Amino acid sequence: MALLAKSRSYRNRHQRDAWGFLIVGAVLLLVFLVVPFLLAVGMSFTSQRLLSPLPTRFLGTENYERTLGDPDFIQALGNNVRFALLVVPLQTGLALLLAILVNQSLPGVKLFRVIYFMPLTMAMAAAATIWKLLYVPDTGFINGVLGWLTAGAVQPNWLRDQSVALLAVMIVGIWQSTGFQMVIFLAGLQDIPVDLYEASGIDGAGKWKQFRYITLPGLRNTLIFIITVTTIFAFRLFDTVYIMTKGGPLGSTDTMLLRMFTVGFNQLQIGRGSAVAVIFFLFVLVISLAQRFWLRQEGERA
Amino acid sequence: MNRLMVTGEEVRSARKIPSTLSQLRSKSLWTNALRLIPIYSLMILLAFFFVLPFVFMVVGSLKPSAKVLAEGNSWQAFIPTEITFENYGEAFRRASFGQLFINSVIITSLTVTGGMIVNSLFGYALARFVFPGKRFLIGTIVALIIIPLEAYAIPMLFMMAQINWTDTYQSQILPFIANPFYIYLFYTFFLNLPKDLEEAAEIDGAGAWTTFLRIAVPLSQPAYATVAILSFLASWNQLLWPILMTRGPGVRPLPLGIAEFQTQQPINWGAIMAFATMMTLPTLLVFLIFQNAFIRGIARSGLKG
Repeated sequence: MALLAKSRSYRNRHQRDAWGFLIVGAVLLLVFLVVPFLLAVGMSFTSQRLLSPLPTRFLGTENYERTLGDPDFIQALGNNVRFALLVVPLQTGLALLLAILVNQSLPGVKLFRVIYFMPLTMAMAAAATIWKLLYVPDTGFINGVLGWLTAGAVQPNWLRDQSVALLAVMIVGIWQSTGFQMVIFLAGLQDIPVDLYEASGIDGAGKWKQFRYITLPGLRNTLIFIITVTTIFAFRLFDTVYIMTKGGPLGSTDTMLLRMFTVGFNQLQIGRGSAVAVIFFLFVLVISLAQRFWLRQEGERA
Repeated sequence: MNRLMVTGEEVRSARKIPSTLSQLRSKSLWTNALRLIPIYSLMILLAFFFVLPFVFMVVGSLKPSAKVLAEGNSWQAFIPTEITFENYGEAFRRASFGQLFINSVIITSLTVTGGMIVNSLFGYALARFVFPGKRFLIGTIVALIIIPLEAYAIPMLFMMAQINWTDTYQSQILPFIANPFYIYLFYTFFLNLPKDLEEAAEIDGAGAWTTFLRIAVPLSQPAYATVAILSFLASWNQLLWPILMTRGPGVRPLPLGIAEFQTQQPINWGAIMAFATMMTLPTLLVFLIFQNAFIRGIARSGLKG
């Protein structure tokens, strides 16, 4: 009896304490995340504007139809997809290479780790600004090097040429965030038991075989994480294009978030901007669910 | 476990010496040095790619502005051919760097400290207390992690406009204090923390708050460091939300400041480089001083999902 009473009072105290610990966070999450997110879904079906004397009307799916029928939006979405298709494999590969390089026990390797990681300490806004100057066609460093290597034959007008502007933006993205992936890979590499390498080395497995049959399978979850995070990052592309090109030339670096910004903020159309935001969110949701599904598969197999 | 078979003794003896070093000693020094040349060349080449923009930025900030462009396409871009601090003065005068810096410090410090308190309390309650609806709450937090700011920024802008919070500090701080991902990080950290000490304290009559503050918090420095670093980077580098929220330099943070400054005519590249250097310096210094905590903090964000 006494024990039961004691455990009940313990429980009540827990419930009271829980309230105290949770309340501030719960209110903030509700007001600044759940409510605005639900509003995004709700307003995407209305003609809501930021400032307007006209009453707000229910529009059904009109905002979605107009967004998906807008060639500018489709072009922007295409750019996000193109960015993902190129940057995800390139950046993942480069980050893995860096992680393997700095995971060796060689003198001076720590310095290289610091250097590869450094760009992450520069705000994207600052990085995009510096790179904008490196890309200047006549006196920029990149064309200086290209001109020297090709005797002046290759001199693209990086940020003003439709065919290379997105590539220029991709390079900045890779420069800034490869260090992040490298660190995640490094943590993954260090979780692989050293014995596996030593044992296979004794069995005569070469470096490539060890990479193929020990490193890659050992990094499976890390790879899934990095691929999904980088893909989501590709769909969230905003800072670099906002600073370097504002989506130009001729929409060749436009992105979904830049469309959302133009429609929802510059044109003050909250309803249509919310529709773009919801479509953007659906992409993020699908990628995140794919990640969770992919990870769970592993759990079942093991 | 499909481990390859070896005896424990072999593993133990092999583990003592890192394989590369042991090779270095056992084989002839020359063949090994030769083998290392391509590895180091590759690492140095890649290092140039990552470090040159930094050198370019710092050197450019110290040069007369005209030379930044004129010497941009040669190796001189990375050599301070003539040193001046004029650009730094210009960044303060023309781009009100001082005001923007103070704004960023206010916004970031309050967001980071507020976030460390609120999210750790929330995570602790999820990990330690028994209360109805707990499983639902954990599920909700995990689901909320997926929603990025951009998905609700437009209606939140509408909300802020309704209550006249545009162009204020609080509209740039309050929305970013509670964060489901940081809550989740704290939650998993506290779950893995042994309970014994806390239980002993409770038996001795300590209340939940005392137990939390005196025992759980001091044992959780890695979790606090991780959240501090991640939320510092996120807050200090934020660009989209300040664009939506601020109309003038009064409460504007640094990233939006540089975005505006680099389009302000006549464009002064030297001063822009000085701005970028001063804006990057705090983060770079924190990173260089707390390298290990910093890198571990970033690695921990891999827990997500």
